[in-house]
Amino acid sequence: MYLTAIDSWYILEKLILIGALIGLSFFIAMYTTLAERKIAGWMQDRMGPNRAGPFGIFQPLADGGKLFFKEEITPTSSNRFLFLLGPALAMIVALITSSVIPWGASYVGATRTVALQVADVDMGILIVFGIVSVGVYGIMIGGWASNNKFSLIAAIRGASQMVSYELPMGLALIAVLFMTGSLKMSAMVEYQMQHGWNVLYQPLGFLIFFICALAECNRTPFDLPEAENELNFGYHQEYSSMKLGFYLFAEYINMFVSSAVMATLFFGGYDIPFFDEAAWQGSPLTLSMLTFAVMMAKVSFFLFVFIWIRWTIPRFRYDQLMNLGWKKLIPLALINMLISAALMLFLNK
Amino acid sequence: MSIVQILFWVLSVVALFSALMVITSKNPVYSVLWLIVTFFAISGHYILLNAQFLAIVNIIVYAGAIMVLFLFVIMLMNARQEGASGNKRWLTLAGTVSGGIFLLVLVAALKDSELKSRSAMVMDGQVGLIKVLGNELFTRYVVPFEISSILFLSAMVGAVVIGKKD
Repeated sequence: MYLTAIDSWYILEKLILIGALIGLSFFIAMYTTLAERKIAGWMQDRMGPNRAGPFGIFQPLADGGKLFFKEEITPTSSNRFLFLLGPALAMIVALITSSVIPWGASYVGATRTVALQVADVDMGILIVFGIVSVGVYGIMIGGWASNNKFSLIAAIRGASQMVSYELPMGLALIAVLFMTGSLKMSAMVEYQMQHGWNVLYQPLGFLIFFICALAECNRTPFDLPEAENELNFGYHQEYSSMKLGFYLFAEYINMFVSSAVMATLFFGGYDIPFFDEAAWQGSPLTLSMLTFAVMMAKVSFFLFVFIWIRWTIPRFRYDQLMNLGWKKLIPLALINMLISAALMLFLNK
Repeated sequence: MSIVQILFWVLSVVALFSALMVITSKNPVYSVLWLIVTFFAISGHYILLNAQFLAIVNIIVYAGAIMVLFLFVIMLMNARQEGASGNKRWLTLAGTVSGGIFLLVLVAALKDSELKSRSAMVMDGQVGLIKVLGNELFTRYVVPFEISSILFLSAMVGAVVIGKKD
């Protein structure tokens, strides 16, 4: 531990990085909402939002502004404090996860090295899992505190779905950990730089992980907590104004972060494909910028796939969802884990 | 006071206060939420002891999964908040007596131990790191480890059997 060996520049650097990450998360979440509507329009042969600014690029600002100025309603005989805690928790949890992800190659300056990662901890990916598992409470508390049967059912659906899909997600991750041999996110990226991306060796693992990520983010085809034809509006039915906005925003931030996690675990993180970063001749600042851009390109691709799936595949039924999780994905992930372990033992890696 | 000490005191206060709130809250949902806070504080203590793996697993398993099940049960049985009525005074008496006996056992057990030499080594141990922990579990403690996993499996099968019985 270096708790006492921190200089003030280090603190400043981390503070700036945290601020930048939060800003980035909000910015990406805002423009993912626009992208979602644009792509939906494109897929359904419509224009999509195009009134606010050129091509509708100010639409998210207009939406946000509208949400801020809406009347705030707290349902009677609901639990006031928990009603507030729900969306706050959802947002906090969504924002924390990005801190352990490496967003680009470290900037190696003359006097100091600046890592583009808030915390490069040994437990990296496990911390992501820990935070994700706590993320259930935002939905559960909000749904319960609303004092509405539909909200409660939706919250319980959402929570049991998230708890169920964490298992195959973890099992798919174990096969990756066999290969990289570290839980540290930066070490995982470095491993993939040398040995090729994990998705080449773990295609099944990636598929399972991706399906679980869809379920964890409550995205279609697993958006049963928001199944409006059965539950009106889902767990945030009683929410209005920016509290509702926080729930919706947290979902998009979760999408963004899980895209980043998938890019880091399976697609080499900030690794520039077909290029050896160690052989870079130019300035280190440019390299950091380039790797960050590559990371963002991968993240944007995953975000696009998320949206693409939403407007292509219809929603699962609830029992189908549970069957898929427990009876298909978990055995599949276990087999994948066993095969990877046996192969690694056989090949003596 | 060093940072570690400050963190220790803050975490201890949070842990004790939230644990007290678990017991004293009228609303069972609040109790569960306070219990989650307690788990976080305890995880903080684990990190201070350099047992990072234990800290994270504590959050994933206890705060993230088991407490969700607690919340399920409490939220679905929301209607009866007043609890088991009837012989409440008798229950209080029984709880006080058994709690007092437990305290007595704890005091008796810890009275003669040299707490000074046995107190935890803050920030020093390596055993909590995942590599060391894995090595220990799968070499020296492999038999108890496997036996406990079989125990868990049988408990799981038993739970399913009981659950399936209509």
